[in-house]
Amino acid sequence: MNETETISDNKVPSSMAQVGISMRYTFLEYIRSRRFLIVLIITLLIAALLTIIVAWRRPEGFLVSNLGFYSSWWGLSVTFVIILTGIFFGGDAISGEFQNKTGYFGIPNPVRRSSIYVGKWLSAFLAATAILVVYMAITIANGVYYSATITGFGSGLPIQFVYSLLYAWFYLAAVMGVAFFFSSMFKSSSISILVTVILLLFGFSLISELVSDLVGIEPWFVLTYGAGIIGNILQSPYPPAKTVTTTPFGHGRTFTTTTFAASVPQGLAIIGVYFIVTTILGLLLFERKEFT
Amino acid sequence: MSFSDVPTIEAVKLTKQYGPFTAVSDLNLKIEGAKCVGFLGPNGAGKTTTLKMFTDLIRASSGEALINGINVHTHKKAALASVASIIETPEIYPSLTPREALTMIAEYRGVPAAEIKKRIEESVAEVHMSEWIDKRVGKFSKGMKQRICIASTLISDPCILLLDEPTNGLDPRGMSEVREIVKSLKGKKRLIFMSSHLLSEVSEICDEVAMIDHGKLLVYDTISNVTSKFSGGANMVEVELQRPIDPQLVTQRIAKLSSVVSAEQTNDTNLRIRFSGGLDVQARLLSDLVKMNIGVISYRVAASELEDVYLNLIKETV
Repeated sequence: MNETETISDNKVPSSMAQVGISMRYTFLEYIRSRRFLIVLIITLLIAALLTIIVAWRRPEGFLVSNLGFYSSWWGLSVTFVIILTGIFFGGDAISGEFQNKTGYFGIPNPVRRSSIYVGKWLSAFLAATAILVVYMAITIANGVYYSATITGFGSGLPIQFVYSLLYAWFYLAAVMGVAFFFSSMFKSSSISILVTVILLLFGFSLISELVSDLVGIEPWFVLTYGAGIIGNILQSPYPPAKTVTTTPFGHGRTFTTTTFAASVPQGLAIIGVYFIVTTILGLLLFERKEFT
Repeated sequence: MSFSDVPTIEAVKLTKQYGPFTAVSDLNLKIEGAKCVGFLGPNGAGKTTTLKMFTDLIRASSGEALINGINVHTHKKAALASVASIIETPEIYPSLTPREALTMIAEYRGVPAAEIKKRIEESVAEVHMSEWIDKRVGKFSKGMKQRICIASTLISDPCILLLDEPTNGLDPRGMSEVREIVKSLKGKKRLIFMSSHLLSEVSEICDEVAMIDHGKLLVYDTISNVTSKFSGGANMVEVELQRPIDPQLVTQRIAKLSSVVSAEQTNDTNLRIRFSGGLDVQARLLSDLVKMNIGVISYRVAASELEDVYLNLIKETV
């Protein structure tokens, strides 16, 4: 070992630099892990399934227009891919530090917990972005093929798709925030993943439908409602803010459902609030959590 | 922090409560200087809880954990800059190699970039894991991971080491190697605060001992003072010799040395000497034995003495 009698040549880096260190090594862990491979395979399966369906069945909704293709393909499936990556990379990002005891290796060093948290968040976001990019590339490849070769309505990317991409990326940040929040709340990886799965895959949608369809209240407080802008921007014209549907079901009785569509500013605001609030709350929870 | 300053760890009225259960109660303990201090106590006594409060793994309910006078909780980065630790059995990200995991720690701790590679290779060699340095940790056994964790404490040349049962999970050879590493670190003027269940380990490695039970400090002193204080004023040392000794020499010369209460031969090359007095007497006794040219190769406070004290003190608090 170094026989030097001082440690004065060791200068602890700034917290910002330590965020980079945390991010680098957590990202390395993510991309080498089996979970990255699993998410990638699931994403490729979804893309392959859509490719086969469109090639074989030629659904009208996909091939009616350039925008229609992206609306049907990307608009309907990308939120699921985003939630999937959020769950896989964020669901146990913090709880795993407690359950797997990896926190005992990193935390007792001269590094703030916030640096570790932000580093892990960024690495999870990067890993999820990599998956999203793969899905986007397959979407665009299919889009270009059907647009130019089959329908002849031009191969250019509709500007609405570029907006949708940006909204999707922003939504990914909010989903990651939610996943990190629950991951910080629990010390058990399985519980934190389960709660995140239930809420993101079923809970939000259920709440949203219950309050809008049955009670007629706009679900402005639900993240998935805000995320509706990812698909809505691909529709022309943009869906109306409120649609009331009355369905007769015999003996003069009717059943009324109300569907809301968030405007782009409203959707961005909802996503932004979820991103900021959950990320900060997750950080505060992690700061206070004890390795007992 | 340089070694011209005295490395210090201090608990000031340190208390940790979990609801109605008090894990550590009003602990006052100041350890300063380059030495190795054993931290003893039964399961649930509060040893690990105390070490966790010194490493920001848990927060104190009240009181302060200070390292070199800096509060660990309020100024973590400054306080832990000169500390390396192993608490419980840390796990390393399984997809990383030891080189990558140790580079992460070295970077966190601000080891100069030009030295990181050399220091990592040296510290990994010290724990005999060089051939595994580029293999993924996920395939390692518990003992191998523990060795890498020990290597992680060496890379930044810390002046304080906090070790929570560092030989836990290691095979006998690994335990022996870790003890040698800790002993060599003592020679490099570190303050080592080490919890252990193994009294023989503590008496072999440590200069001082702190005993804790039910979250309360029972005693903190040099091992010889502790054994002397709690065993009727007499201490006992075990002496190992290079060659067999004449039994008459034991009874007629060694047993009659100043301050020696009794001397017994446990086998051809081992003696057990009971004496009254503290470290000065212990040092003089060693000097006298060496002058006799009987081939002293090892001289240490008897583990059984420490064990007797430990059992008596713990019994008193039950």
